[in-house]
Order: sequence, then C-alpha cells, then structure tokens
Amino acid sequence: MTLTQAPVHIETVDLAVSTVRELNQALHATDDGTSWVVDTPAGQHNIAVGIDRDLDLVVNGHVGYYFAGMHQKGRVTVHGSAGVGLAENIMSGTVHVTGDASQAAAATGQGGLVIIDGNTGARCGISMKGVDIVVGGDIGHASAFMAQAGRLVVCGDAGEGLGDSIYEARIYVKGTVASLGADCVEKPLRPEHLAELAELLTLAGRTDAPTDFRRYGSARTLYHFAAVNAAAY
Amino acid sequence: MTNSYASRGLRESATFDRATINDIQRAATTGIYDIRGWGAKRALPHFDDLLFLGASVSRYPLEGYREKCGTDVTLGGRHALKPITLDIPITIAGMSFGALSANAKEALGRGATEAGTSTTTGDGGMTPEERGQSRHLVYQYLPSRYGMNPDDLRKADAIEIVLGQGAKPGGGGMLLGQKITERVAGMRTLPVGIDQRSACRHPDWTGPDDLAIKIAELREITDWHTPIYVKVGASRPYYDTALAVKSGADVVVLDGMQGGTAATQQVFIENVGIPILAAIGPAVAALQELGVHRQVQLIVSGGIRNGADVAKAIALGADAVSIGTAALIALGDNDPRYQAEYEALGSSAGFYDDFQDGKDPAGISTQDPILAARLDPIAGGKRIANYLRVLTLEAQTIARACGKSHLHHLEPEDLVALTVEAAAMAGVPLAGTSWIPGR
Repeated sequence: MTLTQAPVHIETVDLAVSTVRELNQALHATDDGTSWVVDTPAGQHNIAVGIDRDLDLVVNGHVGYYFAGMHQKGRVTVHGSAGVGLAENIMSGTVHVTGDASQAAAATGQGGLVIIDGNTGARCGISMKGVDIVVGGDIGHASAFMAQAGRLVVCGDAGEGLGDSIYEARIYVKGTVASLGADCVEKPLRPEHLAELAELLTLAGRTDAPTDFRRYGSARTLYHFAAVNAAAY
Repeated sequence: MTNSYASRGLRESATFDRATINDIQRAATTGIYDIRGWGAKRALPHFDDLLFLGASVSRYPLEGYREKCGTDVTLGGRHALKPITLDIPITIAGMSFGALSANAKEALGRGATEAGTSTTTGDGGMTPEERGQSRHLVYQYLPSRYGMNPDDLRKADAIEIVLGQGAKPGGGGMLLGQKITERVAGMRTLPVGIDQRSACRHPDWTGPDDLAIKIAELREITDWHTPIYVKVGASRPYYDTALAVKSGADVVVLDGMQGGTAATQQVFIENVGIPILAAIGPAVAALQELGVHRQVQLIVSGGIRNGADVAKAIALGADAVSIGTAALIALGDNDPRYQAEYEALGSSAGFYDDFQDGKDPAGISTQDPILAARLDPIAGGKRIANYLRVLTLEAQTIARACGKSHLHHLEPEDLVALTVEAAAMAGVPLAGTSWIPGR
C-alpha cells in the first residue's frame, strides 16, 4: 500500500479584486495550517498585519508600509520589496522578503525572524526587543538605534551611526561600518557568537562564513546618567 | 516670614529668588540638570481666571437634586465599530506601571471602574492587575513600544497613540534605575537598574501622512473595533488637532503644560509647552473648521483639580477631561500624615515631587515593595471613585446653575474671564465687558 499525501488547499487572494481589509479579516479568522497566496499587492499598505495563525503566506509583488506588522505566527514570504516598517513589532514566526526593505524594518520587533535578501533603508532594527534580523545586503544609517535585545546580522555594509545608544542587542556585520553610534563598540567574536551567527545564517538560507563577520554591541557607558557623558548625548 | 525679612530691611530678588539661587547652587554642585516629577509649578493663566455666568433673567437655571443633568460621553464613534461610553466625562490619564506601583495602577482601575470611566496604561505596557480591574482601559501606543504586543492591543477598549505629553512636548520618557526592578525591566526588555531613556519619536513613522497609515494599521490589527486616540502635548494645538483629525483619529487628547510627569528635566517642565487654558480654543477651532466638533472628541488635561475645572474645560469645547496629578493626590500623594518621611527626603507634604527616586512614602510612585504595600488598592480605588464623584457633582452643580441639562450643553457664552490674558487665551470676554482681546 502506498501512502499519498492529500493535496494542500491554497487560498488565493487577488488584491486587484479584493481589499486589504477583506484579506486581513480572512487571515485573522482562518485556521492554523492553512496556505495562502496573495497576488497584485501593488504596494498597498498594511497587508497581512496582525496575523495570529500558524499559516503559510506567499505574496507575489511589492508591499507597502507595515507589511506583516505585529506578526505573531506562521511563515510569510514576499517575492518583491517592502515599504516602511516591515514586520514592525513582530512577536514570533518568520517574515522573508526576497527584495529590499525600506526604513525601520523589524522596528521594535519582540521576537521571531525577519529575513531580507536585499538591502534595507535607515533605522533597520530600531528599538528591537528580541527579534532576529538577517539582511543579505546593506543597511542604512541609524540602524539598531536603541536596540534592546535580539540579533541583527548584516551580510553587506552598515550605514552611519550603527547601534547608537544600544542596550543588549548583538550586531554582526560582514562588510564595512560607516560609523558606530554613541556607546556602540566592536566586541570579540567568541565561539558562542560564531555558533549563533551560523545558526541565523542557516535559518536565512545563506552560505556566508561566520568568521567573516565582526560583532558590535553596547559599551554600557550610558546606562546611567552622568555629567561626564554629556558630550555623548 | 516675608514680612519679617522686610522689617529687617532685607529684600529678596524677584529674578534671583531663593528657589533660583538653590537651583544654581545645586547645578554647580552636581553638574547635572534637575529631574523631577509633577507638572509645571510656575504660576500660569488657568481655569481659576474664568468664571461662570449663572442664570438669572435672561436664562433660567435647573433645579439642583431634582432636574437631571447628564454626564455621559461616547468616545470613538467616528470610525470605530465599538466606541466606548463613559458615565462621566472625567478619565484617568496614562501613567505607567514602573512610574507607579502595581497597587497604584490597580487602585486607579478600581476607582475608574466604580465611577464608570476609563483608565489608561503608560510607557511600560499593560499589567494584568490593571486590565483585570478596569472596565474601560485605554492602551497607550508610545514611541518606546515597551511591552507592546497585539494580544494586549486587542484586549484594549481604546488605543491612544502618544505623540507627546504636556509636561514635555517633544521629549521622550525616562525612568531612573532605582525604579527599574526585575518586573519593570522584564516588561520593558531592559537590564535591571539602568536609567531608562524612552525615545521621543515613534520608530516607524514621521509626520501626519505616515500617521494616517499607522492608524490604519492599528485598525486593521483590531478589525476596526477599537477607538483610536491621538495624544499631543499642548504646543501648537490648532495644527496638531487638525493633523490628528486628518490622519484619522477618533479622539484627540490634548495635555497642557501643567500635566504631570514621573520624571523629566525641570527646565523642560517649566519652559516648554503652553497652559491648557490657551490650548483648548485653538483645538476646538480646528475641529469646528473641519466640521467634526463633537464627532471627533476632544479630551483635555493638565491641571484639572475640581468640578469647576471640568465644567470650564467642557464649556470651552472639550468633550471630556483627564486627571493624573489630581488622581495621585486623591490616592494619598503628598498626604501630611507622611510629613516626617517627606522631611527625611528633603521635601515636605505639599511639595514632594521626586517621583523619579522611587522613595514615595505614600507607596504610589515607587517600586519598593515595602513602600508600595502601604497603598491598599481597594481603599485607594474607593478614594478615586469618591473623588471622581465629587468632581462630577461639582460640575453638574455649575451646569444646572447655567441652565444646562447635560454637561455638554455648557458653552463659551457661559464664561467670562478675570484677566486680559485669560480672556485672550480662552476666547471669552473680560468680565463686565464684551471685549475678547485679539478679536
């Protein structure tokens, strides 16, 4: 007897026909384990925000602001580029963009994994609180500003002011860093860091060698107000 | 005291008074600016500078205790599928767990619920104690996004996007290390004991066009059920109100410079922003010009102390008010029974504003478990409810005297000003004249 897997039913939504509201309502109401394909996103904002179902979603095309905002569960892939605030405040799950992402990608993310194969704009990982971010290309200025927790992996170059006022997040950059922000310093790449970096690169489907990266984090000199630090603010 | 100095021929400088001299000496000693709680302490044009014109021949009053004077208010009906209706137009302003003890937050929730109104979270997320004891809970969406998560967002009865507060328009929050306990740090994803700095700008949007998209995102996440407020510190109320409306807000919250803070630089508190008296008129004008006055509700705060203040704010066009400092006083802040302890801290009952230090003898602005235990949340909730009832009764008393069967029937024509400044700021005539300066 041969066991054959039942065909997976895929819900297809064309945003040239349906509205973002209709799509989001359906994604909020669907069951765990469902699969979705969204066509013709046409850069619309707020697509697939607030997903709390363990689903698979593929979007064919570019998306606007706050795609997958506050994402909680499931795996989401965009075959295209994303606007401002990609996966902002993501809680868990995975959001993958094959193109570029604009400013504030994964801003304030509390958990989960955000993968951007291309480049991101400014403020990537701003105020990140536990999210892991892997960027295949470059990131813009003021990235990881006030980053509190989580890991930011950059396979290209980082812009100016990286990790300004950073707390306990860890940053790995393969390319150059234009400049470090206040209280952000280079730190040694110890075995435990190489291990977590290797794991993140594998999760992102990348083949970069962990030993090619440098690690950055907080010098922790601004954790308490002090007059001597006035020039740093 | 002052007279005794004068009788000895001693003259105090108005420019360099004793408080100023102390400020300079403190700065020279420490090398760092002064951080404190409370709001602006300087004398400002305020509601005390307005008076109501009670009914007489031209208008007739309503009978106290017999004829009804409504107090309810519905907030968020512009776009939200589930607007909230409060029994009284006096809400509890946003104050964080972290700045306040868990018992204080619970007491505020209990009191607000008993009085039929809402309370508000703060820069630190939603606690189960607060959610559990608050029938109507407003969830603040702040630049820091500490503890922000979609589950709590969906549990909220309203969402308040905070752009600023009256004590520090344009400034971010701070919570000093002595209050960053393990629980507070855990909720904010921060190391225990550090001096926490909150951002002053939201991380993922700038400007009103972005704000409109952000509001739409929050509506999408909550399936358009939840009212969305936009809170601003009073500085440019006409433009800020108009832009909040344009961005899609259901409610605008406007906080004057007397509004309290848990910890801010004194120079900021006393020198940035405008008094609430000067802010209501421009905000109302913006709503009226856009044709949404009373459709987009206006909540004002910053120095509301009694029912007269409530009535005056509403007469000027607000739909509701918020209280923060007054609520803390009602809970027991600056209570003379702690005089000895205030003295030991270098302060005195009636002056204590070191909320940043976490040593509050009243157990309110602290995370010290021994001090916090002094505040019984059930008894504290009763005190809040009592105070809210008094505010409501006082406002009703004035409204009836003006012939109004609902607080919202109060209007600027019921008011006159005692000073030229107040007349100009509030847009009501100087008492005994028909003169409104600037009109």
